[in-house]
Order: sequence, then structure tokens, then C-alpha cells
Amino acid sequence: MGLRSYIITRIILTIPTLLLLLTAVFLIMRVLPGDPVALHFEKKATPEAMEALRHILGMDKPLWQQYLDYIWGLVDIGYFMQHGYPNLGKSMQVTTEEVGGQIFSAFPATLELAIYSIIIASVMGVLLGVASSKAYNSVSDHLIRGFGIIAYAIPVFFLGIVLQLIFGVYLHWVPTGLRISPTVEPPATVTGLYTVDSLIEGNLFKFVESVKALLLPSLTLGIILSGVFVRLTRTNMLETLRLEYVTAARARGLKESTVTYRYALRNAFLPILTMMGLQFALLLGGAVLTETTFSWPGLGKYIVNRINFRDYTAIQGAIVMFGVFVTLVSLVVDILYAYLDPRIRL
Amino acid sequence: MSSNEAKRSILARLIPGLTSLAKWRSSEWMVIIGIVIVLVLIVMTAIAPLIAPHDPNKSRVGPLSSPPSSQFPMGTTALGQDMLSRVLFGGSTMLQVSALSVLICFLIGVPIGLFSSYVGGNLDKAVSLIIDAVYAFPGLVIAIAIAAVLGPGVINMALSIAVVYIPSYFRIVRSQVLSIKELTYVEAARSIGARWHTILIRYIFPNVIPSIITVATVNFADAVLTAAGLTFIGLGVPVDIPDWGYDLSKGRELLSSGGWWVITFPGVMIILLALGFTFIGEGLSELLNPKLER
Repeated sequence: MGLRSYIITRIILTIPTLLLLLTAVFLIMRVLPGDPVALHFEKKATPEAMEALRHILGMDKPLWQQYLDYIWGLVDIGYFMQHGYPNLGKSMQVTTEEVGGQIFSAFPATLELAIYSIIIASVMGVLLGVASSKAYNSVSDHLIRGFGIIAYAIPVFFLGIVLQLIFGVYLHWVPTGLRISPTVEPPATVTGLYTVDSLIEGNLFKFVESVKALLLPSLTLGIILSGVFVRLTRTNMLETLRLEYVTAARARGLKESTVTYRYALRNAFLPILTMMGLQFALLLGGAVLTETTFSWPGLGKYIVNRINFRDYTAIQGAIVMFGVFVTLVSLVVDILYAYLDPRIRL
Repeated sequence: MSSNEAKRSILARLIPGLTSLAKWRSSEWMVIIGIVIVLVLIVMTAIAPLIAPHDPNKSRVGPLSSPPSSQFPMGTTALGQDMLSRVLFGGSTMLQVSALSVLICFLIGVPIGLFSSYVGGNLDKAVSLIIDAVYAFPGLVIAIAIAAVLGPGVINMALSIAVVYIPSYFRIVRSQVLSIKELTYVEAARSIGARWHTILIRYIFPNVIPSIITVATVNFADAVLTAAGLTFIGLGVPVDIPDWGYDLSKGRELLSSGGWWVITFPGVMIILLALGFTFIGEGLSELLNPKLER
């Protein structure tokens, strides 16, 4: 199979997965609680008020019709073109607000946090993992392995609070919370990523400010995730370093660093790449907690806020967005993988 | 070394006296240390009512938000509750939730995995597709959604966490069964006319157990962290039950005033519990999969 037909097949296979996901979310959010509207009011409202909300939200229609409306809202290109976000229904809390709009304005914050965290996690994890495999069974190997295990067992919010306490409260090095200092005006929105937008604007001061705000949240999430990368890199490098082609490279008198990074790591990298794709789901879960810890105004903080208001349409919309995002990332990773490793396409 | 032999050798080594301590490998030490940590925490939580100096929920037993002192070794909360008592009591929800969720995963994930992969064909394909979709989704986000819908409580939390980890059990059981069912002894059993459920339960299942144990211990650590995450964001337990995750979220509110003790003590307890289970899981998986060991 050529690369192009692989990509097409893979994209087509994404459709049933997405549909399954959307159906599951619908069932959990609309069918499982019985009546989301009654739950929202905690039975404190009059039946008329409940009926009115049900009508606004379209929840007075039969369930199958609600389901079709919900799926249609997501694929309605016309709506998307007009508003710039998909139709995810109205918020139960403030019925004049569209959930889609709220989610699309919160999403870039999560994306920015996710991108920098995964960079920190993979760079840190791969470097430590390589170091650990080179020093196999020595003290530093054990220390690095220990770090990998402990990083996995630390709740991300605990690390976040501790870092905030040390660097924010005691040392005053970085702000605690928000994407940019409240005294600085955010850069004009192009991508929604403050670090990118401030550069587009050519404003170095805003760039530094947004990096400062990003530092602790992305470091927190990055450290927690790096544990998995340390372990995976170590195992793969240990296997690769014993292969004959590596010995051959050494025998030819190549520098040890060239052998390690240009020869061995290159081959050990494929499983690590797959792991990055899988970690993205974990990363987004971690992002919910990290955002809550740092008052980072992303999708995770949005969900947690909406849970307090029992705003089920908003929760449903946010979860759908998370799901679509994860599905797309795994699609990209799979395609990248097929590009790098032709055997996959067979 | 077959998994059965591995199992036997672990049992032999878990019983003191059979081998001398000096001969233990690092993975065996990890299992032992993990078990000790977990047991200590379980016992601590169980006897908390006997050893706690104060009622963990009673406010104003001391000054408000005071740092550790000789009278309150772990300080007090913003409401003047004794932190030490809260730490002693606070593991109960997490332990119950993780144990219950592992049990639910085991009771649902394993039978589905066994049956689906043994039968094979379209049924297996369909089940795998559904399970893989759940597997690919951010676990904590699913757990949050389900917990938000079900409301607080130990059983609800356990259910929402179980949904996230059932796929892990299914996948490991399935991958094992797919290779085991082609082995000669299974074919032999089939040829002497053993019924399918006999083959599945008596012949295949025992060989899958070691991998399930490994998944379950890893699952325990994950469940602890997920449960902590749920209570941290305010989903999970009612306010009158002391909980490490809940206390951490309260500690976050004290952050700007530098109240480190409300954060550190419950946080370290969560880490210890998760670390204990991780040690057991890591050690066991190295012992049961000799290939990974070098």
C-alpha cells in the first residue's frame, strides 16, 4: 500500500471511531442522568421553569431527534463557517451563550499548555533515558529509573502546587496563574497561542511575559509525563545498543556520541513517537488538573467550572472537543509513523 | 522461564526462609517494599479512629491555619481542624475506591476479554473497536464526566474509574488468549471433547492470571491518582469525609499565605500510596516478564 492510500484508509477508519465516541458521550450525558435539566436545577425550580429551559435547549424533543440534532450540529459546515465554531448547543447556565464559542475561545490555552508540556516531557525523558541506558546498572541509572517511577506516582496537581509555592509565593520569580500578567494586555488573536501571537505582533515583552506564565504549568505537566518517556527510551536504547550495527559503527571508530544519538537513538525513536501519540490522551487528562491548579483558563478549567454549575450541555461539548482532538492527534501520529516506518503500510 | 515457573519462583521467594535475603533481586525488593508501604497505609487508615488525637471533622480544635507545632504536629487547617487526624483518616476513600474499581474492572474486563477473543470473528472485532475507542480517550476526562453525572460517593467514583481501566484488562487478556488458544494443549483439550467454557475457564484462564495481576497493580496506582484527582476538583466525596485529595484542594486556597503544611502532608500520603502500588506493579511485571529483565 502506498503512503497516500494508507492515509486515506486511516482517515476513513477515523469516522466510526468518532461516531462511537460521540454516541457514548451523548448516552452518558443525556441518558445516564435521566433528566439533565432536573439535575441542573437540583429540583429547586418550578416545573414551568424547567420546561422553558428544556424548550430552549431542544430537550423537549424525542431522544432520537436530539441525537440527530447533536450529530448534525457537529457536521453543519454552514454554521461553522458563519460562527467560526461548531454548533454544540446552548449553555444551560447562561442560555444566551453558545457552548461552541466558549469552548473555542478556551481551547488555545489548553493547546499551548499541551504543546510545551509534551516538548518538555519528551526532551527531558529522551535525554534522561539515553543517559540511563548508557550508564546501565550504575548509580545514575538507578537514580534516573527511580525518578521515572516517582514522577509517575506524583499527582500532577500536587507537584503544581508545590512548584507554585516555591517559585511563585516564596521566590516571586514567576506569576502564579493566568496566561499573562493581568497588567499586560494579551496579544491580538491570530492563532490563540500567546507565545506565537506575541511574536507575530513583534512584541518581545509580551512574549517574555507569556513564557513566564507558561513556565510553571508546562514544567509541572512535563515532569509528570517525562517518567513514561524515560522508561521507554531506556528500554529501547538498551535493546538497540546491543545490536550489531551499533557495534559495527563503534568498530569503524565513530565517536560514541555519534553512535548513540545518530545511530542508536534514531532507531529507538519510533516506539517513542507512538508513545507521544498515546501520551497525548494522558496529557489532556493531566491538563484538566494542571489548569485547575494554576487557574489556567483552558478547556480543563472550563469543564471543572461548568461541573460546579451542573451545566451538562457545556460539559458534553467540552468532552466532545477533547475526544475529537485526541482522535485527530492519533491520526496525525499514525500517518507520521507510516511515513517514518514503511513496514507499517504493508 | 514460563509464566507458571515464574509464579512458583515468586511464591517461593515471598515466603521467608526459602531463600536468603541477600539473594533477592531488585525487582523482588520492589514488590516487598511496595507491599509494606501499602499495608502500613491500610492499617493506619483502619486504626485511625483509635490513634487520631482529634475528630478530623471538628473545626476549631486549635488555632486557625497554624503551622506544625508540638500540639498539632501537622498544623491545622483554615477551619482549625487537626491536620494529623485528617491525614490519618484521609486515605479511607481512596483505598476503598481503588479496591472497588479494580474489582469492577476485573469482573467486567476479564470475562469480556476471555470470551470475545476466544470466540473471535466479527464479535471480537466489534468489541475491540468499542474498547479501543474508550482506551484512546483521556481517562480522567471520562471519569470526570461520569462522576459529574453520577454524583458523589465511593461506588460512583469506583464506577467512573473502572470504565477508564476496563480496556486495559480487556486488551491484556485478549492478547494472551489469542496466542494461548493456538497452543497444542488447548487443541488437545478440544479434541477430547472438552466444552468451550471448560477450555476457557480451566485451561486458558489460569495462564492469563499473571498478566492480569500485573495490570491490576498498575491499575491500583492509577486508580489512586485518578480518585485523588476527582476529589481534588471537587467531584467524589461528601465534605464530611476527610480525604487527602480534598484537603489538597483546600490547601491550594491557602497557597498565597504560604500554608505549606495543608498541602505537603496529604500530598505526600497520596504519593506514598501510589508509589507503593507502582513498586508492586513494576516489580511483579519484571518478575513475570523475564524478557524485560537484564
